[in-house]
Amino acid sequence: MPFINFSKDEIQCKIVYYGPGFCGKTTNLQYIFSVTEEQTRGKMVSIDTKGDRTLFFDLLSMNLGKIRGMDIRVQLYTVPGQVHYDATRKLVLKGVDGVVFVADSLKVQRKKNIESLINLAKNLAEKGISIRAIPLVIQYNKRDLDGSDSEILPLEILEKDLNSMLKVPSFSASATKGQGIFETLREISKLVVKDVSRKIMFMDKQQARG
Amino acid sequence: MDGSSMNVVITKRDLEKIEGCLSKIVSSSFAHSVLLIDRSGQLIAQQGNTPDLDVMSLSALTAANFGATAEIARLLGEEEFTLLFHKGRSENVYFSAVGENTIMVTLFDDKTSLGVIRLKMNQIIGELGAIVSCIFEKEKKS
Repeated sequence: MPFINFSKDEIQCKIVYYGPGFCGKTTNLQYIFSVTEEQTRGKMVSIDTKGDRTLFFDLLSMNLGKIRGMDIRVQLYTVPGQVHYDATRKLVLKGVDGVVFVADSLKVQRKKNIESLINLAKNLAEKGISIRAIPLVIQYNKRDLDGSDSEILPLEILEKDLNSMLKVPSFSASATKGQGIFETLREISKLVVKDVSRKIMFMDKQQARG
Repeated sequence: MDGSSMNVVITKRDLEKIEGCLSKIVSSSFAHSVLLIDRSGQLIAQQGNTPDLDVMSLSALTAANFGATAEIARLLGEEEFTLLFHKGRSENVYFSAVGENTIMVTLFDDKTSLGVIRLKMNQIIGELGAIVSCIFEKEKKS
């Protein structure tokens, strides 16, 4: 639900990073925050527990430039990944314009990834949004663990598990090392801006008719 | 209608009307600042004088706070708590639901009181609620 403010020539959109607990959603935002210039981003707000687990959400606001003379401001949110925080995830999804699903590449997390994606589809559906209609990007995080003691799943398996039906853009990433983070952000931003532009054009047409 | 295809469009005229209402509250109640935000955490309008305030974060946290307390209300068998008040040593904040979609946030110090804030707000909330529901209704119909 983008906010289009014709008085300020500004469009505000909301992108939510979703995924199972400890998959690296907050690390994505922390990396973006650490390497972006102050002029293009706001402060990072986190509501977490002492154990570094997100309790409610993290928030980072960013300026993405202009389309059709209007400033695009996106707010990046994360959700708490643990199963029992479902009510909180639903709250954060309110008014969402695009989703990054962060999957954990660790083999032991295979089931949790699938459960979290099903949970995303269910929570979106409750808000009248189809997971197939909303701008969505999948990120396979922790690829840097390849070759380490922790066994990770091959990309083909992850794609088959999570993206065989959706067929959305997907990226390999290592949030701690910053690999694939901006590729993911660029793609979801592109999809959201495209979606918003389509909606504005649709509104223009309606106004012209009316 | 698919919820994802809904837009909220605020025209210059809408914004002027909203800012007019917020401005009346600021001047009559001696609050520092009054903000109107939507329930997903987006800032709609702001009046008053708090230049150093991070309004983006305040809006997001307010929406979250309101959402969380709404869940508490439901656990207690209430539909929603329509107002919240946080008191600090010198700064206070008062949150009030304006219709189904927006929340008004009022920041004030000890120059005024909660009673005055509530009184002035109640005088304006009907007018503001009508403007806001018009904006959101328009989008439902489009």
